[in-house]
Amino acid sequence: MNGKRIMFDCGMHMGYADHRRYPDFSRISKSGDFDNVLSCIIITHFHLDHIGALPYFTEVCGYNGPIYMTYPTKALAPLMLDDYRKVMVGRGEEQQFTNENILNCMKKVTAVDIKQTVQVDKDLLIRPYYAGHVLGAAMFYATMGDAAMVYTGDYNMTPDRHLGAAQIDRLHLDLLITESTYGKTIRDSKYAREREFLKAVHNCVANGGKVLIPTFALGRAQELCILLDDYWERMNLKVPIYFSSGLTIQANLYYKVLISWTSQKVKDTYATRNAFNFKNVQSFERSLIHAPGPCVLFATPGMLSGGFSLEVFKHWAPCESNLITLPGYCVAGTVGHKLSDKTTKVDVDKDTQIDVRCKIHRLSFSPHTDEKGIMDLVKFLSPKNVILVHGEIKNMDYLKGRIESELGLQCYYPSNNETVTFPTTHFVKADASASFIRSSLTPNFKFVKDVTTETAPVQVLDERVTQGILTMEKGQKLKILHEDEVLTITGTEHIEV
Amino acid sequence: MEVPVGEHLRLNIYDSTMVDSQRCWQLSRWKYRWVNILDLIFMTPQWWIARGAGNCLDGSTVFFITIYIVFCLYIRALQTSLSQTGGYNLPPCHIVNLCGFHILFDCPLDLSALTIFSPISTGLYEKLDDQTFSSNLHPEIKKTSLLPAEPFYKTVERLHLWNVSLIDVVLISSPMGMLGLPFLTRAQGFSAKIYATEVTAKLGQLMMEDLVANHMEFKQFYGSRETSLFQLFKQETLPPALKEVVLGKDGTELGSWFPLYSAADVKDCLQKVESLKYAEEACYNGTLIIKALSSGLEIGSCNWNLKGPKRNISYISGSVFSSGTAMDFDFHALLGSDALIYSDFASWNGATCFEDENSSSIVPVDCSTKSDDAYMLNFDESSDEMEKLNFICSCSMSSVEAGGSVLIPIGRLGIILQLLELFALHIESSGIKVPIFMISSVAEELLAYTCIIPEWLCKERQEKLYSGKPVFAHEELIKEKKIHVFPTLGSHELLMIWQEPCIVVCPHWSLRLGPVVHLLHRWHGDPNALLVLEEGVDPDLALSPFKPVAMKVLECSFVSGIKLEKVPQLLKMLQPKLILLTLSKLKSKELTISRLKGKLFVDQGKHYLVADKIDDVLKDEAFDAVGGDCGTGAEVEGGGRELVVEGEEIWEVEGGGVDGQMGGLSLWEPLKYVQKVGAGVGDGEEVVGDVGRMID
Repeated sequence: MNGKRIMFDCGMHMGYADHRRYPDFSRISKSGDFDNVLSCIIITHFHLDHIGALPYFTEVCGYNGPIYMTYPTKALAPLMLDDYRKVMVGRGEEQQFTNENILNCMKKVTAVDIKQTVQVDKDLLIRPYYAGHVLGAAMFYATMGDAAMVYTGDYNMTPDRHLGAAQIDRLHLDLLITESTYGKTIRDSKYAREREFLKAVHNCVANGGKVLIPTFALGRAQELCILLDDYWERMNLKVPIYFSSGLTIQANLYYKVLISWTSQKVKDTYATRNAFNFKNVQSFERSLIHAPGPCVLFATPGMLSGGFSLEVFKHWAPCESNLITLPGYCVAGTVGHKLSDKTTKVDVDKDTQIDVRCKIHRLSFSPHTDEKGIMDLVKFLSPKNVILVHGEIKNMDYLKGRIESELGLQCYYPSNNETVTFPTTHFVKADASASFIRSSLTPNFKFVKDVTTETAPVQVLDERVTQGILTMEKGQKLKILHEDEVLTITGTEHIEV
Repeated sequence: MEVPVGEHLRLNIYDSTMVDSQRCWQLSRWKYRWVNILDLIFMTPQWWIARGAGNCLDGSTVFFITIYIVFCLYIRALQTSLSQTGGYNLPPCHIVNLCGFHILFDCPLDLSALTIFSPISTGLYEKLDDQTFSSNLHPEIKKTSLLPAEPFYKTVERLHLWNVSLIDVVLISSPMGMLGLPFLTRAQGFSAKIYATEVTAKLGQLMMEDLVANHMEFKQFYGSRETSLFQLFKQETLPPALKEVVLGKDGTELGSWFPLYSAADVKDCLQKVESLKYAEEACYNGTLIIKALSSGLEIGSCNWNLKGPKRNISYISGSVFSSGTAMDFDFHALLGSDALIYSDFASWNGATCFEDENSSSIVPVDCSTKSDDAYMLNFDESSDEMEKLNFICSCSMSSVEAGGSVLIPIGRLGIILQLLELFALHIESSGIKVPIFMISSVAEELLAYTCIIPEWLCKERQEKLYSGKPVFAHEELIKEKKIHVFPTLGSHELLMIWQEPCIVVCPHWSLRLGPVVHLLHRWHGDPNALLVLEEGVDPDLALSPFKPVAMKVLECSFVSGIKLEKVPQLLKMLQPKLILLTLSKLKSKELTISRLKGKLFVDQGKHYLVADKIDDVLKDEAFDAVGGDCGTGAEVEGGGRELVVEGEEIWEVEGGGVDGQMGGLSLWEPLKYVQKVGAGVGDGEEVVGDVGRMID
């Protein structure tokens, strides 16, 4: 943007295990001199597809410039990254960065608050807005000179149980980069979906089954847990709810402190009982996998791509009375993705195949916005150009069509490594002369008398149209002058035509 | 530690702001011509230095400052001779006219004036007191002369003279600056937009709620009010010291007394407050961009940066460079503003550290425009503060060891939070089991609230968040039952676990409201007990209803502003084009506040203020000067009283040394032009429209 480069998010692909999981950083700078090429890195939220490659980039590739993220992201990102690192090590892969790398990397991060305006350097200014997707998710507004843009990251336009909806000012933008994960779906009422989920879980535990809820440690886990905890209290259920790892419990501590980033309703509970003090939740021991009796277990990672949730899945999947919930979106290549295709036999890894007999419930709570939300945001901001990212190509194509036909805005969806360029706004500064200002401030009355009907009252027109003449002289600034002044300067007389 | 019994002990050793009588004298000796409106003082730096005030500036500053016009405005002074208030509990209050908008900075309440009312007492105490009552220090203040009535509250002296509907914007910099706000918001015709940081608004709300709750106790005791204000203050019955509190020095302050607002007023007031985050840009009327910047004084307190279409001004309220709780002083955004209103005089308050003139060699003087954090670190004060707090703790511990209880009626949140942590440490290391009670109607909410605002805290506390530890220790301590939090003294649970000696933290520092009254009645005769008082209230008057006081009294002052000797360095670093000092200390008794219409312009190195309508030629001249690059469109107004001009039409202002390019200072009309003149094509676009907000 106007000669500055900002890197929005530094994520990784969950489906790959080789070099393809990281972005191709050599495209930024062949020589590896990232500090001079990039003005700053902005991280919108702590999901791995947005932050996963950050420690690799800073510690291994050697980027030392400024990094911005919100307070909750800064607090929670190390947990997320460390968890990922452990999963990698657990899978017997070579680890790309160490825990120390993560901590060093986080030291370079500047934390920002919502709407806090940060002057990155002389010209570049950034400001986060609440995005609602997960705790601490933000949309970033950046201006460079007169050009302005917004990068949304992931966002959610409808409030959910613990997070509010995205909020942004009406800005004058040249460019909006928005996610389009659900570019083609419009979701029905949240309450119906919640009821469905609770019914499925309740039926299962009532029949003595075990419920496995693979989630990410942060975000969905808290959301569903608030939902379940609330429901347990209302229905007076005694079935234990477990969290698989200390990670989630640790995360709950952060959520308690950072409660001001949640929705208003949750926020108001801080004085009496912090909403993240769950009553019915305990931590899970490995030995409990085979313990009899019903239970509900939250386990990481969310897409059954490995780790503890997959381990529990192997044990629980063959039993009919059990229930497994799947997140709304699974990356291709993970076990979760295979399950959602309704196959009964799943290859977990090379040698094991599991006969899935348990019930499967697809969760359709997603913290991503839907088609309507994207359209609303685009319409509200009315930028000059729109870029769609973070979605499937056919969805983006459909959405591009809608945006271009309904809103009449330029829309692009560049594929990876493609560059899009367009002109940006640039204001020209001009000095205004005193008499010009005076003439545009004073009412400009015109008395019009209708000659044909003499009885008609005198019409008074007040056209306060600013009229002026723009002059350009060599070596001088632009000037706006009043008509009369130009006459005196040029030495001509006013000739009425 | 030896603490003399029955003596008022001042923390002199630890208080680096000792009285420098010489400097004070110099300050008050400054001669100035007041021009106007608000006793504007135009003095050139050479003159300033020649007057002898320059010895607080080092050599290189002198050179640097010569391009400043320092002009001081006096808006109002809330000084009462009885109390050394101001500072933390009574932030200054100003009205500034910028781009045609009247902006009110802070709206405090003079709670130290509460001391003229007698605290509620029971017959039991009364009998005891009557027998032993004697007052050797202030014979004129008899216990009985305190007003036995439901108290009135004293607001900013001249604010009520303003037509509230003329105020366009109210900016609240600290929770203390908010206490008088409901008086304003409930006034008819009030339509101003109020801005405060989120935390200030919340803390202010809690403090106001606590005030209202404590006031209820008075009401229950005295019944509803039947005496009017004037009956209450029947002047002949008042001893002179009290009279001065009531009326002020010139007898004009009687009008500033009001009965307290109700809880509904507080609620109503808060609905009108627009809350901001640090460095959030709020746009007022499409014209002014208002930004709150951390000031370091208290959690959530702030300085302001206002950006008009062409110029920007900054306002520095009470600031602390680095504190143990609040986020550090944010000076980056204050750099290079066109005008800087400096109103942090908490430390100028008659007490200034005497530092020898070599001090400049200690602090590196670096004129380079790029200021770095390392430079600011020289201003570090938090270690000093820590030492003070540790001293309080060790004094308290020795009291407790002797079997006396400790009473800490301090209102400063940051101090309380740090004290709670330190007490826990001290108690643990000493091995004595002493309960800590925190008694206040809002204590529980307050403590819970401090745990959820990590974004507003200092770096060290934020690091704790990142490493997964609680930001304040009190959360754990409450769980471990080391700190007990109760809404009132009468709570059943409190009576069940009450034990002495103990440490009690409670409001209110005026010693007239809330649980502190009852506890003082109980402990004032105990020579082992300790009372920790905060500077800001006259201890003799405050303690007079509890005489004789056998308990030890520890009076301590905490940092509540930038120290005088650091001001020149700060100002130099910020590099404003113009500094406006609000010198309430320079108030002389004969001054009358007046409003004056006129224009100030520069001609041949002299400022002229033309009081009447001026002819067109002059007008154009003034106009051009203002339109120039360096002119500054800050207009400042004072109190609302009528014009008193002594016959002359043209005032000559001392301004011999003014650099020619400073342009003119517009005091009145041309302001409207000022904003337009600069507005070219580009700026014009920015002005359009208010900021919309998207709400789902």
